[in-house]
Amino acid sequence: MSFAALVDPLFRLPFFTGLTFALVLPILGMYLRLREEWLAALAFAQVSAAGSLASSILGLPAQAGALTCACAAAALKGWIARAGNNGYALLMIIGWACAILLLSNVPIAEHLGHALFDGQLYFTGVGHLSVALLFLAVSAALLPWLSRRLLLERMFPDFFRASGLPALRYHLIFDVLIAAGLALATSSVGVMAAFGLVFVPSMIAYRVAQSWKAAQVIAAATSLGAYLLAFAAALVLDQPFGPVLVITLAAVAAVGWLVLIALQRGAPSIDALS
Amino acid sequence: MSPPRWRAALANPHLREISSSMEPAPSLRAGDRLLDVEELRAGYARPVVGPISLSVCLGDVVGIRGPNGAGKSTLLNAITGAARIFAGRITKRPGLRLSHQQQNALPLDNVPLSGQELLALTGASGESLPAWIKPHVKRRLDRLSGGQLQFLQVWACLKAPVDLILLDEPTNNIDPPGVEHVAQELVTMRASRAALVISHDQRFLERVCTRVVELPQ
Repeated sequence: MSFAALVDPLFRLPFFTGLTFALVLPILGMYLRLREEWLAALAFAQVSAAGSLASSILGLPAQAGALTCACAAAALKGWIARAGNNGYALLMIIGWACAILLLSNVPIAEHLGHALFDGQLYFTGVGHLSVALLFLAVSAALLPWLSRRLLLERMFPDFFRASGLPALRYHLIFDVLIAAGLALATSSVGVMAAFGLVFVPSMIAYRVAQSWKAAQVIAAATSLGAYLLAFAAALVLDQPFGPVLVITLAAVAAVGWLVLIALQRGAPSIDALS
Repeated sequence: MSPPRWRAALANPHLREISSSMEPAPSLRAGDRLLDVEELRAGYARPVVGPISLSVCLGDVVGIRGPNGAGKSTLLNAITGAARIFAGRITKRPGLRLSHQQQNALPLDNVPLSGQELLALTGASGESLPAWIKPHVKRRLDRLSGGQLQFLQVWACLKAPVDLILLDEPTNNIDPPGVEHVAQELVTMRASRAALVISHDQRFLERVCTRVVELPQ
């Protein structure tokens, strides 16, 4: 156990790369959950991992391969979505199978494969941080514009169709944003950590928030808190980052659930009020 | 040659920004025809309603009534494009803006959306909300009563910046004061907009409608 690693400049770039994704992925997860498409996130993450490995074998940048494959999956999503979660689950297991076969049979892919599945954030560099910050900027620019449209479509499904307005482009832009986010995050924090950041904070926020705005704040705060804890724990305990983050997120969710139960038990019942 | 669809879409002020203005489209005048339904037969796998013909002009509040299964909701769904048209046609005024309150409950599924945020989505003003609902608009929709939720859903459509409002059983689950507010709003908005209202409440239809269309079984 070493606390010196916490202040080592070597880990500053990885820290800020992960922090960027810990901020933006939970917000995207809110909208994925709104559309009941959270399983798509895991499918995109697995396909991205396979794309990363394939491109590294071909001598191309891993992030380019991850982005290309995730965006191709997003383009197919219209067709996949008709099959619902079955489609996403199929995509997920195909992505996983391709990735495992590549890393098992091509020695050059083995190192990257372990980084992707173990979630070795510490190997990220300037390139990863740059694309993470670019993705944050693009998301910050697009989400305020997309948010009302995505919510409106969910609550009043034929609002756009009734007035003859095209809703397809909102869906397409969101799908590409999600696919790009998962592809870039998978390359940095690993498959399951990227999915965990999309899935867990939004799950907690949906349960406890009183409004959409509050839910976004809760999701981001939960994610950032868990990320800080996990980053420190993984460094001090010398453990791979991805699994530590997933366990921390799960622990935060469990604590939140217990607090909620305690609060509900403490609240007066309707019978007591009447 | 008709202009490209993208150009028509960009020209639609509703798309440029789902406007928060409550004013009708500037080109509309009292009596302007907004919607024509001609010999329509519509449904899903097979026709459910029709043949039916009706027209709606600015200032009209047209009531639709009929027995269960007559196809009242299907008629509204055909107007919004959610149901299939088997015969006849529906002609909407170019750029017509619609809101549609569906009879089904909102797809909440634990979504943490407040009443205030629901109204903001359609551009509906919360200022004129009746006093009895105001204390509840900051609460999550899935923690409201059925009547409170129904009222906000109707209000979000009624006060949206649209030209034609489609309401499907708007008075369901709502207490008499709420029904009164919906009725008042339907009467006062006639000057600038139009509505198609499905209801089994005969007195409500008589109160708010300029005419009533009966659908046969």
